[in-house]
Amino acid sequence: MSKLSEALKSGKFIITSEVGPPKGTNIGPCLDEAKHFGEKVTAINVTDIQSAVMRIGSLATCIKLKERGYEPIMQMVCRDRNRLSLQSEFLNAAIFGIENILCLTGDHQSLGDHPQCKGVFDLDSVQLIAAAKGLMEGKDLSGNKLDGVPNFFLGGVVSPGLEPVELQIMKMEKKITAGAQFIQTQAIFEPDKFRSFMEKVKHLQVPILAGIIILKSVGMARFMNENVAGVFVPDSMIKEMKETKDKAAKGVEIAARIIREIKPYCQGVHIMPLGWGHLVPEIIKQAGL
Amino acid sequence: MIVAKRKPIDEIKEMLKPYQKILVLGCGSCVAVCMAGGEKEAGLLTTELQMAFQLDNAQKQIDTITILRQCDREYIEEVKEKLVQYDAILSIACGVGVQFTAEVLGGEKVLLPGLNTTFLGATLEPGIWVERCLACGDCVLDETGGVCPVAMCSKSLMNGPCGGHEKGKCEVDRTRDCGWVLIYERLKKLGKLDLMKKINPVKNYGAVKRPDKIIHEAYQPVAVKEEKKPS
Repeated sequence: MSKLSEALKSGKFIITSEVGPPKGTNIGPCLDEAKHFGEKVTAINVTDIQSAVMRIGSLATCIKLKERGYEPIMQMVCRDRNRLSLQSEFLNAAIFGIENILCLTGDHQSLGDHPQCKGVFDLDSVQLIAAAKGLMEGKDLSGNKLDGVPNFFLGGVVSPGLEPVELQIMKMEKKITAGAQFIQTQAIFEPDKFRSFMEKVKHLQVPILAGIIILKSVGMARFMNENVAGVFVPDSMIKEMKETKDKAAKGVEIAARIIREIKPYCQGVHIMPLGWGHLVPEIIKQAGL
Repeated sequence: MIVAKRKPIDEIKEMLKPYQKILVLGCGSCVAVCMAGGEKEAGLLTTELQMAFQLDNAQKQIDTITILRQCDREYIEEVKEKLVQYDAILSIACGVGVQFTAEVLGGEKVLLPGLNTTFLGATLEPGIWVERCLACGDCVLDETGGVCPVAMCSKSLMNGPCGGHEKGKCEVDRTRDCGWVLIYERLKKLGKLDLMKKINPVKNYGAVKRPDKIIHEAYQPVAVKEEKKPS
């Protein structure tokens, strides 16, 4: 049984983190980043051709992490594969003992490094979750019976900062109906807004892990405000980053502060270090977890 | 209608290089409406090509005619005798017209495309055309307030927006509306937001067997008879 699922069931406040596979075969540094996270991190997300930039796949990296004793969460997006390939990948994951799967739509191919490629989107994220659930029940999307049935702990994502929020919640509800057993959110920088979102979804009996991104610089904050949908870094935080000499220490302090503020409203946090994995233990410490 | 845009003049010139006697063949339907391949555009392109080749000192004869529809056999047949006199025909119809004209001419004439066929759309305002349909063969407009998720969502998602929309705009292009926000607003206006809550099943991309063929009911028996004819 998935360690992530067990940990969430225990009622403990859960911490997950994330690595992004490299472009090229040099997987070492990516796997080593997991080493920095420390024992308090229950599971590690592996992104699936993140930002539509061609690189090593999610499943292969998950297998490597598992070999090293970590609990991976395999991300799967709808952009690059049709329903044959996606369902096959679920089965691939299962035979390697990968149980946690986070289903996402995926960034549009035109935003990546092969902008002329053909996007697939044969399924959407709700249907992807339903497809995995179907496999767990012994049937593929065409209703054919499986010889050997996988067992997954399925997740979906939500972006609490996006308007109209009602539309976000409707899709989140569909994901849970389709079979999502946990929800991971887009990065949170406004605890009040997050709290109000959590009020609106408290009827949904599914654990929610709040997304945390470590701020690295003023430029990064501004970039996210302009380019990353649903993420808004308040001016006060940008000012804090501007005024500090030690950006890393400030980034850690802000992340830990956000976690402390949102902790009462969610079941855990998902820390996205974006290459700053060595700072994760300090965030956890300062957040008092 | 089918919306197309003209290829760059240099690309067209390059295609025409090997040929001496050239006909620019306009099409008076969809591509005339979207100001890409009608009689007027055929005339302008012919003059432009004549001048361009003259500047290059290339001796070419370039004429033009326009027929009502290049996707209809009878209109092509009417001018068939004229068409066969040319070394190459630059068709400024949609991709259907280019291919069908070649077919009607028995595949013995060089047909070249002067346009890039782009989408099925509507005239938003004079000079502006917008895509509205992907011809998926499995219409769901009754469930989405008359706004198509297949055409209007850049990812053709069937169950709501991705996380990339912001302020009602698509992640692909922040000047373009998010199809699912449009659907949401339309259903809200119609008092049918409940439709948003239904999980839409996986789409039947086999609804159109590309390349597809439709035979009208009234014509079915004839077609069957023909197929059964002993050869």
